Amino acid sequence: MNVATDPKDAVHADMPGSSALNGAEVLMRVLQEQGVEVVFGYPGGAVLPIYDALFKQNSVRHILVRHEQAAVHAAEGYARSTGRVGVVLVTSGPGATNAVTGLVDALMDSVPIVCLTGQVPTHMIGNDAFQEADTTGITRPATKHNYLVKRPGDLARTLHEAFYVARSGRPGPVVIDLPKDIMVGPAPYASASSAPHRSYRPASEPARAAVAEAVAAMRRARRPLFYTGGGVINAGPAASEALCRLVRMTGFPCTSTLMGLGAYPTDDPLFVGMLGMHGTYEANLATHGCDLLINIGARFDDRVTGRLDAFSPGSTKIHVDIDPSSINKIVQVDIPVVGDAGRAIAMMIEEWENGRGSEREALAGWWRQIDAWRSIDSLGFKQDQAASAIIKPQHAIRRLHELALETGRDTFVTTEVGQHQMWAATHFQYRKPNRWMTSGGLGTMGYGLPAAVGVQVGHPDALVIDIAGEASTLMNIQELGTIAQYRLPVKLFILNNRYMGMVRQWQELLHGSRYSESYSEALPDFVRLAEAFHGTGMRATCMGELDDVIRAMLAHDGPVVADICVAQDENCYPMIPSGAAHNEMILGEAQAGQAAKITDEGLMLV
Amino acid sequence: MPRVEDQQIAAVISVLVENESGALARVIGLFSGRGYNIESLTVAPVEDGGARSRINIVTMGTPMVVEQIKALLYRLVPVHKVSDLTQLGPHVAREMALIKVVCTGEMRSEALRIADSFRARPVDTTVGSFVFELTGASEKIEAFIELMRPLGLVEISRTGVAAIARGTRTI
Repeated sequence: MNVATDPKDAVHADMPGSSALNGAEVLMRVLQEQGVEVVFGYPGGAVLPIYDALFKQNSVRHILVRHEQAAVHAAEGYARSTGRVGVVLVTSGPGATNAVTGLVDALMDSVPIVCLTGQVPTHMIGNDAFQEADTTGITRPATKHNYLVKRPGDLARTLHEAFYVARSGRPGPVVIDLPKDIMVGPAPYASASSAPHRSYRPASEPARAAVAEAVAAMRRARRPLFYTGGGVINAGPAASEALCRLVRMTGFPCTSTLMGLGAYPTDDPLFVGMLGMHGTYEANLATHGCDLLINIGARFDDRVTGRLDAFSPGSTKIHVDIDPSSINKIVQVDIPVVGDAGRAIAMMIEEWENGRGSEREALAGWWRQIDAWRSIDSLGFKQDQAASAIIKPQHAIRRLHELALETGRDTFVTTEVGQHQMWAATHFQYRKPNRWMTSGGLGTMGYGLPAAVGVQVGHPDALVIDIAGEASTLMNIQELGTIAQYRLPVKLFILNNRYMGMVRQWQELLHGSRYSESYSEALPDFVRLAEAFHGTGMRATCMGELDDVIRAMLAHDGPVVADICVAQDENCYPMIPSGAAHNEMILGEAQAGQAAKITDEGLMLV
Repeated sequence: MPRVEDQQIAAVISVLVENESGALARVIGLFSGRGYNIESLTVAPVEDGGARSRINIVTMGTPMVVEQIKALLYRLVPVHKVSDLTQLGPHVAREMALIKVVCTGEMRSEALRIADSFRARPVDTTVGSFVFELTGASEKIEAFIELMRPLGLVEISRTGVAAIARGTRTI
């Protein structure tokens, strides 16, 4: 194919040492230079030249998924558990459109992804060719940035730039659309440029004055609260270590968003639990009652704030965020600090050490208040211990945590979306960052199983568990095929209540218990399903079987699907009903009648 | 009286972007995707031999929304600079309009008289029509259009606002 129509490209292509490579080989070299170990993908017509180049080299491993959406989730799981950029390779048209859900998921949760999409040859673009889609048009609002490479001379530079954009500043997914002729024809290689990007220069260093102002407010605070989020995880493990130091040296209580779990150990006494819609009573009342809210790397998501005009009224608000557009987006803050969470925390520690400590007496009183809230035990539930008793999902997760801890293995948890996700967030404990992978912003059912694939590929020797619901996991159950092919010892732990539990819960609380279409009808036999995919299936139907099944699952060195039949009517409490404030939480079954107070306005919220 | 933070303010925002395919779509997509208004938008290459384009956007929103718009624009990878001309001080904002009036007899001389006082130039004349070219602030163009309406105005083509700061300050 004649592609070197641009005279500049023709010159480059003739340069010694570069004419030997075609576009696909240039791509492989860029991946090697960027330190890419693994690509999650699925072949197709437009990417055949890339798969051919992949075949001829040994440094980049390819994991063949069973659906392109799963390729992106697997790359997300890999990226979030390793701190590296996750790489995806899919074909044009349906390959690219199938990847869109994963891309938006990565965008919402700030996960660094480079997604290579095949495209029809440049001369056919716009002709409605076979498997053609306007990939850059479709993915523009689904990515942090995207590219269509039209000239061979732009290929290497664009690919390097994509990695830089994906991982720098607030991380996110980047798509590079690669027409087939560009991959087949000759292209010049270029190393990553050390020159700054022409226009994109995210600031990571916070302003010292802003940090000093924040720390001055921390010294004066009588009822302070750290509210930490995924930004701390994204800033790297050192940021989480620094956060632990800062929290302990100040003695302030610390809460976390769903995305930030593990940055601060969730079983530490200074940790008051997750906040938000299904957060703990003490975390939410502390958010409501604090006089200083120190937001580090969180974004005042609606699942966290509840009713905005009643969110943390009367507190001074500090907001550390690497994305300036997050500041004052939802909540007006008093002290904005724009920059990397890890750098901001390190500077806060320096400033804190240079002055007097906290308001000791006031702080002691604040802790007495928090402990009183804590004594309510808002995550409590009643589990009948009889061998024949029905298993409560919360109990199953607590036992899973305790028994996983006994193995002493490094443990990673992924989840799907729904009730089980909230229980996994609150009843499993996370002591280190990067061990908890869940779809927070987009709430993508079907995330957990492919994400677990990515985590296990990144950590072959670790214990990787997808805590799932039976409805969510069926959305990407085909990944049991990937798990079988690569012998990934992923544990799929299904809390099977035969309902789309969170939908059912909202229908019970908000729609008069009319369970419209939320019953999981005609479920597969998960044990036999596991066996059909060359894995091991197990089932626990009552308390007497639970521990044995969990132990057997953890002891097995291959993939396991554990079908845990749990109580069908269990609700996820505590809960802030939509449109309510943090101090209007519903605590448990006994108080569930309070949901009747939900206003029409609240009903319209999601 | 609405609170200051709820008041709608007009903002003229100039954006310097890398002149690459999709850059304008990113800017427009940001506005439509987040439900912000675009009252007027102009774009043309201005620097580096066409390597950079300037986009001028006139928008309305609460002060918080205008701040958001600027931050989100700056977040786009091909964006070099974002400048809120309304906030930064005095600026010049002008647009050009081509206005077609179809009329005969008395109305023709009236149209020409008004055009003269607005310094609008007839750039096309036939026995039954004029096309006037008019440059100025949007309000001036609005006023001219209103005066032409009873005189046989049939078509309007406007460029939208181009804006620049007064004095030595640059984007």
